[in-house]
Amino acid sequence: MRPFEFTRAESAADAMRLAGDGATIIAGGTNLLDLMKLEVMAPQALVDINRLDLGDIDEAEGGGLRIGALVRNSDLAADRRVRDAYPMLAEALLAGASGQLRNKATTGGNLLQRTRCYYYYDTAMPCNKREPGSGCQAIGGITRLHALFGASEHCIATHPSDMAVALRALDARVEIQSQDGVTRMLPLGDFYRLPGDTPHIETVLVPGDLITAVLLPAPAGARQTYRKVRDRASYAFALVSVAGVLDVEDGRIVRPALAFGGVGHMPWRNPEVEALLEGEAPSVDLFAEAAARLVAEAEPQGGNAFKIPLLRRTLQAVLRELTEA
Amino acid sequence: MTDPTKRKHGDASDGALHLGSPLARVDGDRKVRGEAAYALDAAPAGLAHGVLVRGTIGAGTVLSVDAASARQSPGVLMVFTPFDTPVLGAPDSFLDGTPGEGPFHVFPASILHWGQAVAAVIAETRQQAETAAALLRIDYAPGDVVPSILSKDAGPGVPVGAVDIDRGDAEAALAGSVFRVEATYETPREYHVPIEPHGAVAWWEGDRLTVREPSQWIDAMARTYAGWFGIPFENVRLISHFVGGGFGSKVTAMTHGAVAALAARELGRPVKVAVTRAQNFTAHGGRAATRQTLRLGADADGRLKAIVQDGESETSVFVPFVEQLNAATSVMYDVPNLRSRQRLVHVNTVTPAHMRAPGKHPSAFGLESAIDELAHLAGIDPVELRLRNEAGFNPQTGQPWSSRRLREALVEGARRFGWKDRPAAPRSMRDADGAFLGWGVAAGLFPALDHFGEAGLRVDADGSIEVLSAGIDMGTGTYTILAQAAADALGVLPGDVTVRLGDSELPSGPLAGNSLLAGVMTGLVHKAAAAMRETIIGLALTEQGSPFRGSELNTLDITRGRIHPTLDEGRAVPIADLLKAIGRDRIERIEDNFPAGTSAQERHRIMTTVAGLRPPDGGVSSVASWCAHFVEVKVDEDFGTVRVRRVVSGFDCGRLYNPHLAASQFRGGIVMGIGQALLEGGRVDPRDGRIVNDNLGDYLIPTNADIPDIEVFSVGEPDFRAAPMGGKPVGEIGIVGVAPAICNAVFHATGQRIRRLPLDIAALLSTN
Repeated sequence: MRPFEFTRAESAADAMRLAGDGATIIAGGTNLLDLMKLEVMAPQALVDINRLDLGDIDEAEGGGLRIGALVRNSDLAADRRVRDAYPMLAEALLAGASGQLRNKATTGGNLLQRTRCYYYYDTAMPCNKREPGSGCQAIGGITRLHALFGASEHCIATHPSDMAVALRALDARVEIQSQDGVTRMLPLGDFYRLPGDTPHIETVLVPGDLITAVLLPAPAGARQTYRKVRDRASYAFALVSVAGVLDVEDGRIVRPALAFGGVGHMPWRNPEVEALLEGEAPSVDLFAEAAARLVAEAEPQGGNAFKIPLLRRTLQAVLRELTEA
Repeated sequence: MTDPTKRKHGDASDGALHLGSPLARVDGDRKVRGEAAYALDAAPAGLAHGVLVRGTIGAGTVLSVDAASARQSPGVLMVFTPFDTPVLGAPDSFLDGTPGEGPFHVFPASILHWGQAVAAVIAETRQQAETAAALLRIDYAPGDVVPSILSKDAGPGVPVGAVDIDRGDAEAALAGSVFRVEATYETPREYHVPIEPHGAVAWWEGDRLTVREPSQWIDAMARTYAGWFGIPFENVRLISHFVGGGFGSKVTAMTHGAVAALAARELGRPVKVAVTRAQNFTAHGGRAATRQTLRLGADADGRLKAIVQDGESETSVFVPFVEQLNAATSVMYDVPNLRSRQRLVHVNTVTPAHMRAPGKHPSAFGLESAIDELAHLAGIDPVELRLRNEAGFNPQTGQPWSSRRLREALVEGARRFGWKDRPAAPRSMRDADGAFLGWGVAAGLFPALDHFGEAGLRVDADGSIEVLSAGIDMGTGTYTILAQAAADALGVLPGDVTVRLGDSELPSGPLAGNSLLAGVMTGLVHKAAAAMRETIIGLALTEQGSPFRGSELNTLDITRGRIHPTLDEGRAVPIADLLKAIGRDRIERIEDNFPAGTSAQERHRIMTTVAGLRPPDGGVSSVASWCAHFVEVKVDEDFGTVRVRRVVSGFDCGRLYNPHLAASQFRGGIVMGIGQALLEGGRVDPRDGRIVNDNLGDYLIPTNADIPDIEVFSVGEPDFRAAPMGGKPVGEIGIVGVAPAICNAVFHATGQRIRRLPLDIAALLSTN
């Protein structure tokens, strides 16, 4: 680990000013500290925001919840309102990491986890995400963890979060304060960026921005689930995950929302698949068609080709589960 | 251990006092409290810190190292590169003590595998060293890389020869067999990943070197340091009080130790070099990747007529390391005809090393999978097929077994597991949620080796009793069982005995490998304690001042640390009181098991090189431990996920010196076997041979959630042909056969036969 300066921010303004000057924000630190120990990240300065008043979960007007950026993953998963109205979110949180990590990890920090790409973690390797312009060593290498959707010739990494997948299916928005006093609300699809030729820029955040909350709209559907497939029974990142929410009215699927983890640079969503399901009666054939539509655009890298059948099957299993009884 | 109190043999329930009883480990409290000091906990005054720098090409040459910035970096004390590192001396050969292969170049300019150490930086703090290390500018001339055994250009390999077997006429017998199976089985590179990574803290006092380093073989490592630095063996003190797991990876001295000792000498202060987790994948080898094709032939009753084996194992381009693929194949079953060939495929990897049950694991994976395939083909229950092929004697050597209770393990395991309810056909058992269930069985063995050693026993005037040995405890329980062994023979309680281990100043200890240390050391400690007992009784009867002098007794007894006439415990005198009465400060005994007349030079050779390892049977009988695993798996075919739901395993390891600790070893081996079956494997970049999953986030081992209830039981009986105190190897046998049992269960669940480990999600998805 390299030496760095450390400052505790006493106010949001403090934090934004220091971050605007180049400091890296640290909250739970569960990912950042690892990356610093490995020298994948070597910030000159850290600004600790743990003393800011961002640790509450409040009910929002018109239904929904406002989740402070510093709410710990374990507290969020245990919150009665979350468990009742957004059970899929609680499932996703509990499917991630370990109890110890969830006690530290925050809502805002979870969104900003870095990829687990092997080549990003090895400072001896070129990586456009770690060192812009140096090249992508993952392409042509071991690609088991890598993306099926939205990758570019510069980066094929995936986003590792479980929570963010659930949030994307729930149409959550990220509340961002900027140094000039403006507050933005962005759905996750607009918050994250695809790698393109700038894979090191993973979100629309600019230096000095501070995530202050995540806003959950009133739950879209009562039927929710988060299905995570991983190599071992606990403490492993998703090879593939599916977050699904829908209702069944008069024997037909309504308002389906599906997000997919482990397959893209951001939690993935495909409006065509949802449109295909909307208003249709659940059936094995329909699910197979939806799954086929989803993977039609998949671009495997070799070592991750197994994720195509895996994703197809996982989606079908989720749809079966959500539409039964 | 299951029902330890009901066992009638193999433990202390038959009246032995302490050895064989399930005493909790004596060092457990210290470990739980964090008070057990491991090697890298040492922080002598003035400690400097070194880091190793890894090369980043798979093969080639280091052309230059620009260390100017690094040397100027804050806190930096020294930088070692291929071009300015002193060349160390040539230790005698580790194999047999003959002159070694020449001077040791710590950082050769020639790169033979990815991650090879190319430089080191020593600084006041670890962080300063790391910061400076990142400033090194290293220029390479890359060469052609052969990344792994799976590479197209790896070639067929070179014959090993020495392990070939030709028994009968296997090809003819195969041709004449009623049932024949042929299949190829593969195992990946696996890594020891001990939770305590490697490292060393070294310092000099004049020409005396002290190294604190986790070690499985103190004296062999000390010999290497002596050779490197051109000092007498006696001038090296190697200390390894606790070892946080070794699994075969901590047997020899390595580059990190050389750098620590070299820097300590140059700087005149202590130096610590800690190997990082990532470096643990390249600083030393794991288990070699293997591939073997087996052809089995059997008659109409399923009796094996022939086995033909053709295998390859991976090794480096510079050392012909053999992962012996017929270790189980040649002796598990009564096969009259067997032909076995093995080749070594040289690739750009660090040289593989022994890892828990070397050879036995990949050998059993192939054989026990193929036996299951044969059972399915012949329509014979796989337990029954194994019983029909039980070997009454060692089919390879013709020797009788010292003991072989595999039949008992299979029969009792089947009973406990409920095997009789198993439908023969695959895909015929489902869980309530519709997922497939499967039951599988496999057997395993671990052939015993023996070694020499010494054991010291010391009684002080205050009555304290110490067992002394340079042998080590890597978490397996040496401290505990040696206290038990001494207590029985001396007539004291285990709690009265302090065991001192892991210091080269203590009497020479055997290798902690091949699961042999427990057998050797319990025997030696028993011998030393018995000799001590006789010494004390002799002194009590004859020495001036003893209350028993002149009592006209023929002998005395010692019970719970008190000396008394054999039929009169009322007149008991504590050992300490006797020593005071006769004016003795200390009594010491050292016993050994060297052949009579062994010279000091020969003792050194056999205690510091593998030349001292020997089969323990003297040509009369063949010694091995045996096991049978029964496994239930649940397979979700949607996702290709396999979860182990239940394990029942029976073991014949002779007498168990401590059933509680032995059960821990059995379970630990089974847990590791579950990892081998489902999770573990180095992922090798096909371009440069880099291990990309060189960390515990990506090199997956089982979590608690992956491990079901594991029932282990012992069918062993004391085997005094195997070891003086009647035990057989315990530490490694648990892992042997677990992976094939799981794959056999997956076949039973799904009808899919997995022949390549690990059986991960991608493996099952690609076959269904």
